[in-house]
Amino acid sequence: MQTSYGSARILLPVRPWFIFLTLLLALLLNLLPTGILLAMPDWVALVLVFWSIREPRRIGMGSAFLLGLAMDIADASLLGQHAFAYVLVAYAASSLSRRILWFPLGQQALQVFPLLLIVQIVQYGLRMLLIGGDFPGVFYFLGPCFATMLWPLLTLVLLLPQHQPVDHDANRPL
Amino acid sequence: MDHQPPPFFNRGPAPLALLTFYIALSLALLIADARFQTLEMLRQGLSLFTHPVQNLAHLPGQVVEQVSSYFVSLARLQEENAQLKRTRLENVSSLLRTKQLESENQRLRKLLELKERPTAHGQLSQILFSARDPYSRRVVIDKGLQDHVQAGQPVIDDAGIVGQVTRVFPFVSEVTLITDKEQSVPVQIVRTGQRSVVFGLGNGQLELRFLPANTDVQNNDLLVTSGLDGIYLAGFPVAKVVRIDRDATQAFARIFCTPIAGVENFGEVLVLAPRPTVALPEPLAKQTAANDRKSANKAGQGRKKRAKKE
Repeated sequence: MQTSYGSARILLPVRPWFIFLTLLLALLLNLLPTGILLAMPDWVALVLVFWSIREPRRIGMGSAFLLGLAMDIADASLLGQHAFAYVLVAYAASSLSRRILWFPLGQQALQVFPLLLIVQIVQYGLRMLLIGGDFPGVFYFLGPCFATMLWPLLTLVLLLPQHQPVDHDANRPL
Repeated sequence: MDHQPPPFFNRGPAPLALLTFYIALSLALLIADARFQTLEMLRQGLSLFTHPVQNLAHLPGQVVEQVSSYFVSLARLQEENAQLKRTRLENVSSLLRTKQLESENQRLRKLLELKERPTAHGQLSQILFSARDPYSRRVVIDKGLQDHVQAGQPVIDDAGIVGQVTRVFPFVSEVTLITDKEQSVPVQIVRTGQRSVVFGLGNGQLELRFLPANTDVQNNDLLVTSGLDGIYLAGFPVAKVVRIDRDATQAFARIFCTPIAGVENFGEVLVLAPRPTVALPEPLAKQTAANDRKSANKAGQGRKKRAKKE
């Protein structure tokens, strides 16, 4: 059987605690003291988009809102800034999930890129509208590019527990 | 008989309705936080949940730091120790004299019936990390509500002013650096005694504003706090002038400065105790009260901003 990461492949059902664990891990990665390293991908947004596309019935706007609040507190940004962006993107990802999963991995990444860019642009817009401030630099918008490049690898890793064991029994009656 | 879908098709509210709900909720939070600054309690409460995750995230870095500090070579430590001893000896003479001068100053002030100069004292604290928010310049220090830190306290290091505590959490607090765009410090030029206000530019530099184009400022002029704001004590070094653009077409000179304290460094800082508030004299107090009543009828926004700064 050809390996495919589209929706055609039959996978084992996902375990809820695994989703929770990956989201928590993403939050941890986001909270690493990387300081002013602007081009760091937003891990929470990336994993959130992934699960919103893969499991739109389990991960949606509710979890996006909570994660956003956590990021706001930890980031010392405006309360609701991340929450707003994440909720918007979770909605977009879950409504696009049927379409995105038809494509091979590379093209999936291309479709995920605008979603991740929206996260940054929405935050920038909210900031300018409500407080004002200066442009954080081009590197701030480079994070989504790196995150997009990571999409195939991320899919591979996060779907690993759902892969079915390869059945080598050639003489199976059916 | 009602025709409800069987439970396994029930997917809760429509996605668009959910989206509207959450967007409205986060917009309400945003506006309440940005315009009215009323969500500090919520922030403190929620930080109790994020604080452990944050601690966990900083664990690897701390372990690496501790391990590497364990393997610091003996020679380096000896050298550092010798250097510290040398500087202490060098400082001893001026320190002794300072003590004597301070007491003499106090006596003279008493003779002249001047108010006593308040002395600075504070608590030592460690900078944990810089906040990830790319739009502002803030650091987080390891003292919070538990150590009776209050918003508004000035923060200094061994060279000068670093910033001001702007938000306090149960275990940590946020310090806005003087290079932040929203931060301003009233200063005085040491050489001429001229007063002005220095503003952060957001790129690690500061700008001295509201000085006329023909003003007497030179490169390398030292700026110290003037103490007029009632927040910073007078006389702490703030910045050094590095570049002056005098444009004849403009009323003010553009004067750029760099901070003297290690504002972008990590290390130990001192959180100074808040200055006791000075009561206004009777006629002035009456006047401000009347002004406040007048301005209270107008937009309350400016006042809130001022209240936050204080």
